[in-house]
Amino acid sequence: MAEHHAHNGFEEVTCREFVELVTDYWDDALPVDQLELVEEHLVMCDWCKTYLDQMRVTVEETSQTVEPEPVPAATEEALLAAFHDWKERS
Amino acid sequence: MTGLASADSIQHHISRRIESPRRRCERDFAWGVALGRLRQRGSAVTSERGTSTVEAPYPEAEDARLLASLRAGEESAFRELVTRHHGPLKRFALSCGASDALAEEVVQETWLAALEGLDQFEGRSSLRGWLFGIVKNLARKRAVREKRMVPLSSLAPESAEGPLVDPARFQGDDGCWPNHWAAPPRPWEDPERRLASLETREQLREAIATLPPRHRTVLALRDIEGLPPDEVCELLEISAENQRVLLHRGRSALRKRLEEYVDG
Repeated sequence: MAEHHAHNGFEEVTCREFVELVTDYWDDALPVDQLELVEEHLVMCDWCKTYLDQMRVTVEETSQTVEPEPVPAATEEALLAAFHDWKERS
Repeated sequence: MTGLASADSIQHHISRRIESPRRRCERDFAWGVALGRLRQRGSAVTSERGTSTVEAPYPEAEDARLLASLRAGEESAFRELVTRHHGPLKRFALSCGASDALAEEVVQETWLAALEGLDQFEGRSSLRGWLFGIVKNLARKRAVREKRMVPLSSLAPESAEGPLVDPARFQGDDGCWPNHWAAPPRPWEDPERRLASLETREQLREAIATLPPRHRTVLALRDIEGLPPDEVCELLEISAENQRVLLHRGRSALRKRLEEYVDG
């Protein structure tokens, strides 16, 4: 995990560090002090807000990359036969 | 949001300073003052996560309803479950190293095992996570026989992997704002809805296919199949931290590909 730097007397997360932390941030995996620094950074930095938004769009689009996969007729037939067999036994 | 207005003006200030580094002291002072103000506001700092977190695309409540009907012996519920989960289960079997034909067989066997083991499923994991676990075990047995198995130990991240964003895009230590953007990302305004286009999806598919297998496996389970992080860790036998590192590397590579595409 990236360490944050003291800058001008203030602790801060830099943009270079921020890009490494996006998934930890979304998954609630940042320690509280680092979470605060990340949120402060986002309030100040429109560029990292843009970066975060691009990551969000990327994840959303990723979920749309697969096509529905139809169940082959032979599989469905075999499974339904197994289902009726299971139902009779249970 | 008065705090934000002042932060914006400071941001603007900082952007200009990048071109006039001699006024660095003034900028540093402004940055410090702004941070100080934020500190005073404490918990009033607005969270970006509320609007940015990406939720799993997979509705579990529907599974629970279908499962109850299946237990009551309804054929239509079984059919629907098979249809809903066929794609994800087959994709996962393929990612375990099964050939296309073997993956079909493994999915079929998974449902047989699921019916037999239905009483043992207590709903502590999602139904999909449970089914994936069965796929893993079956695919392992079968693929080992065919020597096609992808060893799960290969899922550990390599320590020597490089940075996620080209280091040249950040300012160096001699820059006026070290380690902050020198070449920042440009907003994807998407006036032509380019991002939702089929071509974009194709770009992403290609990018996913070229990810290292360990990145691709975690990314697919989280961002395509919608499994929660703890179930991905259990399934792949990796730590929570490894899981996040692999996922983040995968996501970052895909963002980069989209950025190259959108920015042309």
